[in-house]
Amino acid sequence: MITTTGLTKVYRSRGREVTALDGVDLHVREGEVYGVIGQSGAGKSSLIRCVNLLERPTAGTVTVAGQDLTALAGRGPRAGKELRQARSRIGMVFQHFNLLSTRTVQDNVELPLEILGKSGKERSRKARELLDLVGLAEQAGAYPAQLSGGQKQRVGIARALAGDPKVLLSDEATSALDPETTRSILQLLRDLNRQLGLTVLLITHEMDVVKSVCDSAALMENGRIVESGTVSELLATPGSELASALFPVGGAATGEDRTVVDVTFQGEAATQPVISQLSRTYNIDISILGAAIDTVGGLQVGRMRIELPGRYEDNVVPVGFLREQGLQIDVVGEQQLVKEGAQ
Amino acid sequence: MTWSEMQPLLEQACWDTLYMVGWSTVIAVVGGLPLGVLLVLTDRGGLLQNVVANKAIGQVVNVARSMPFIILMVALMGFTRSITGTTIGREAAIVPLAIGAIPFFARLVETAVREVDGGLVEAVQSMGGNTWTIVRKVLVPEALPSLIASTTTTIVALIGYSAMAGTVGAGGLGDIAIRYGYQRFETQLMWITVAILAVVISLIQFAGDYAARSLHRRGGRSGPAPKLRLLKASTADTKTV
Repeated sequence: MITTTGLTKVYRSRGREVTALDGVDLHVREGEVYGVIGQSGAGKSSLIRCVNLLERPTAGTVTVAGQDLTALAGRGPRAGKELRQARSRIGMVFQHFNLLSTRTVQDNVELPLEILGKSGKERSRKARELLDLVGLAEQAGAYPAQLSGGQKQRVGIARALAGDPKVLLSDEATSALDPETTRSILQLLRDLNRQLGLTVLLITHEMDVVKSVCDSAALMENGRIVESGTVSELLATPGSELASALFPVGGAATGEDRTVVDVTFQGEAATQPVISQLSRTYNIDISILGAAIDTVGGLQVGRMRIELPGRYEDNVVPVGFLREQGLQIDVVGEQQLVKEGAQ
Repeated sequence: MTWSEMQPLLEQACWDTLYMVGWSTVIAVVGGLPLGVLLVLTDRGGLLQNVVANKAIGQVVNVARSMPFIILMVALMGFTRSITGTTIGREAAIVPLAIGAIPFFARLVETAVREVDGGLVEAVQSMGGNTWTIVRKVLVPEALPSLIASTTTTIVALIGYSAMAGTVGAGGLGDIAIRYGYQRFETQLMWITVAILAVVISLIQFAGDYAARSLHRRGGRSGPAPKLRLLKASTADTKTV
């Protein structure tokens, strides 16, 4: 639904060059919620602004719903008619809501419809419908200043949906909200994704956002995507930074002669009594250093950090046994422990 | 001078002042608003970025503003004659008053429009709006409370300028104060005109503040006019977060 290839954005100011995006290839499938996570300055914001060409990429292409937007952009800095039409089919929600303070909630939602040239009757019908969808039908006559943050973002979402978009871009939509409101807004995005088949691309710096709504995720660092895939693919990737960040299990080895192993359970494997089998089969004592079970992107996932006596060389067979059970095994090397300790 | 002698003089002067200031305000707003908006749009990073045009408009505005009004009035005599057919009287005074006030108002508009949150512009761009839509639906409406305050300031400045219009025989309150009060030692009449001016200016300021505030009351985060905000902090701002 959204594809970028070799997307590059270089900012030039006063002779200095800053590369915000460095050859980003992103592929978002139709109907999924895709999260891009990264620290501030990683280039997330530039990426999402390049998708609807609020920022002109320096190089690379952006295709949304089969339409090559970079080809529509033309050379000048101003957006031509075709690009504006394409933008009107892509909804966008913002961190700071960006509602017009002089318009009521209803009139804010009608704004994109005015731009599309809809008649007054059609506009108010559609706006009411959308406000109903986001649960704000009663606040239609209020001004944004009279609403709470969560309500404002609901208005922002209703407004973004006014042009019946197939794609919704969410630029840190929950970053200005408290945890509870964040959950309700994410729930709303999830519902809209399911009900309307809306494809959602969201950027965030909060791992919880990815954890609670995303089907797929990508990790950005220094303008590049360093990891990406569906949540279950990521969890199945050995040494995935994103997977361990999504699902942190702590605990350091208790002594020198120990092997620490991270075991990830997904789906079927989660129901097997593997640990007790392991213990009985090889007659070894296993200590559990840390464990968590949670739902990530709608999947039941468990992760456990266990410790086996002896060095890794002594434990090749038991580790092999665990792998045979269809579990994902990461042997935590000394290097990784040092790295985690530093964090 | 007795009151019955003064009254017709003052009545006529009031009307002359209102007539000159009224028309020149209308022209200043009509001319200054687009000019001020253009100053913002053509600036570096603006929607219609054009550094050359921006510098040119900026220079014209600066030159016009730096000219003392009485000099401007004299300098524009030829232009005034070509428009009104005369260089004396009320109509003739409106031309330099308006031309002096356009750049003044344009700078105030520029400041007001710059205060509008860039995020709103981006939001409308993301909906597919063009520059004209952004000006019409975002920049002007969102800056309206500030624009009204700017208009008030312009009217008050124009009342001040109009006192000098007496030098081209345009009449008005300032003219009365100088001709009768200063040149004929009618101190009483002079103080009366000063009092009338004070009342008129207070009323205009009050009306302008009231209009700006009542518009601003419903506005929220991106509303300009921080001065008004302090006054109304209890209603508008406590609910934003």
